[in-house]
Amino acid sequence: MTKVEAIIRPSSFEAVKSALHEIGVEGMTVSDVRGHGRQKGHTEVYRGREYAVDLLPKIKIEMVLPDTLVEASVRAILDAAKTGKIGDGKIFLSRVDDAIRIRNEEKGEPAL
Amino acid sequence: MARRKSVRVVLGLVTLLFFFRGVSLAASSRPAVAAVREVWSSDPGGVHGPERSRRATDLRPAVQASAPGPVDREVAALEEQVAAARSAGDNSWMLVCCALVLLMTGPGLALFYGGLVRKKNVLGTMMQSFTLMALVTVLWALFGYSLCFAPGSRFLGGLSYLFLHGVGAAPNPAYAATIPQQTFMLFQLMFAIITPALITGAFAERMKFSAMALFMILWTIVVYDPLAHMVWGAGGFLNASGGRFPTLDFAGGTVVHISSGVSALVCALYLGKRLGYPKEATPPHSVVLSFIGACLLWVGWFGFNAGSALAAGSLASSAFLATQFGAAAGVMGWAAAEWMRNGKPSALGAISGAVAGLVAITPASGFVGPMPSLLIGLVAGLVGYTMVALVKSRLGYDDSLDAFGVHGMCGTAGALLTGIFASSAVNPIYKDAAGRALGVGLIDGNPHQLLNQVVAVGISWGLAIVGSLFALKIVDLVVGLRVPADQEVQGLDLSQHGEEGYNLEA
Repeated sequence: MTKVEAIIRPSSFEAVKSALHEIGVEGMTVSDVRGHGRQKGHTEVYRGREYAVDLLPKIKIEMVLPDTLVEASVRAILDAAKTGKIGDGKIFLSRVDDAIRIRNEEKGEPAL
Repeated sequence: MARRKSVRVVLGLVTLLFFFRGVSLAASSRPAVAAVREVWSSDPGGVHGPERSRRATDLRPAVQASAPGPVDREVAALEEQVAAARSAGDNSWMLVCCALVLLMTGPGLALFYGGLVRKKNVLGTMMQSFTLMALVTVLWALFGYSLCFAPGSRFLGGLSYLFLHGVGAAPNPAYAATIPQQTFMLFQLMFAIITPALITGAFAERMKFSAMALFMILWTIVVYDPLAHMVWGAGGFLNASGGRFPTLDFAGGTVVHISSGVSALVCALYLGKRLGYPKEATPPHSVVLSFIGACLLWVGWFGFNAGSALAAGSLASSAFLATQFGAAAGVMGWAAAEWMRNGKPSALGAISGAVAGLVAITPASGFVGPMPSLLIGLVAGLVGYTMVALVKSRLGYDDSLDAFGVHGMCGTAGALLTGIFASSAVNPIYKDAAGRALGVGLIDGNPHQLLNQVVAVGISWGLAIVGSLFALKIVDLVVGLRVPADQEVQGLDLSQHGEEGYNLEA
């Protein structure tokens, strides 16, 4: 089992979500996050006062997938979220030891 | 490059000035305009002009001489009906205006200011405006109206209207001869509410609620009431008809905007900066709220200015027009300045420009025509932007929501420009013994008026500074002005009112 965490632009979220559904991903957890990587923020001016906004809004998708789906899901995210400009986001992969479905205490991949 | 641009702007303004001068000179030499003036001059005078009810009574002797007996009675009955109809028309307009002016404070100003603060202070800020709607109303009923408008000294009204004694359905001819004095009292109340509410922008996000309430009680007594009496009260020192320095202030450039704006600066300096200002970011939490508030202010301002004609006649139309044109030009001025300096015209800049234009046109609205209205609004937009974006940051005071930059400075500009552009063609407030209209403003041939305006501006500034310092000192000693630092960090909503503006997950 692999945990896939993708931090993407809010504007690419819908495209990424449907691409993942298409390849058979069944569940995901999504949160609104703010952060910055190499992308510089922007400045806002209110009545002559400048404010540097360096934490930008992003969307984080978290999924734990059976290993057979990992490659395809990374491809799907890349295809849907890539604009080629700084600020497209990142994908992190990590091993997951176990998963437990609370409803019936199933374990391992069947619990996903 | 920048210098050449500014030279071009100055040249443009000078050309405009000559254009207006030329138009007004040309106008005065045309007979058709003279005829128009005749029609105008039969209309009631300015905000507290003395000419209100003369027309009907002036006709009477002639009618009586030629038609005695039953015809005379019929004429008298008709005359009574005409007067009643006029009174009903004026009163319905003025009651609408009362409501429009109240709309400026709540929700107008409450939203405008509420959007400009951080979200932890939104309720605290709105609550200040709203509380004044209640607090000032009570003070007004008890003694405020009397101190402003009862016969008294040159500097303060008397006590004869205490507890609104004798303020009823009968008109008060000293102010408005065709509407019940109750309506006049209510209309003036709405002005007394918004004026202190404007000050709250200066000390936003850091003043104790109790201190705000106590300060405002004192402030209305020591600043607003005397100034309103001096400028608008019969027998007042600065009253346009009969004062020592007859001042033109149609709807409150001195009484409302200079008094509140200058007091705002005093408050900002006395209380000191917000924690972390200017290092920490304090951006508006919702320009959308401010946007709605500014639009409501614009609409309510028609009641404020056009209502100051105190009748539903053509002077109200003229003031309505001036209001619209002043606001529009204010938007253009501020947005253009911002566009040139920052490369982008902002929504906050546009709405601030509207308010700046409206502030400046307020004293002039019943005295100037459409072209001067545009010019006054434009100047106000530029003055407002300069104060807020350039001067404030250079001087370093923390007038949080720019009550001084917008109301104090644009109010001052408007009061002075009124002395320049006021015209007898719009409002023949000054007449000679034979009843002929005299020049009103500088361009109209009355240079002395500008001096009167300067005196009135000086007195308004002085009274606002001294009165505000006095009130602040007392409140500081009695309850203290600022919330403790931890409460300021927490926000006024929680620390002063025990609630939050946004419980979006509730």
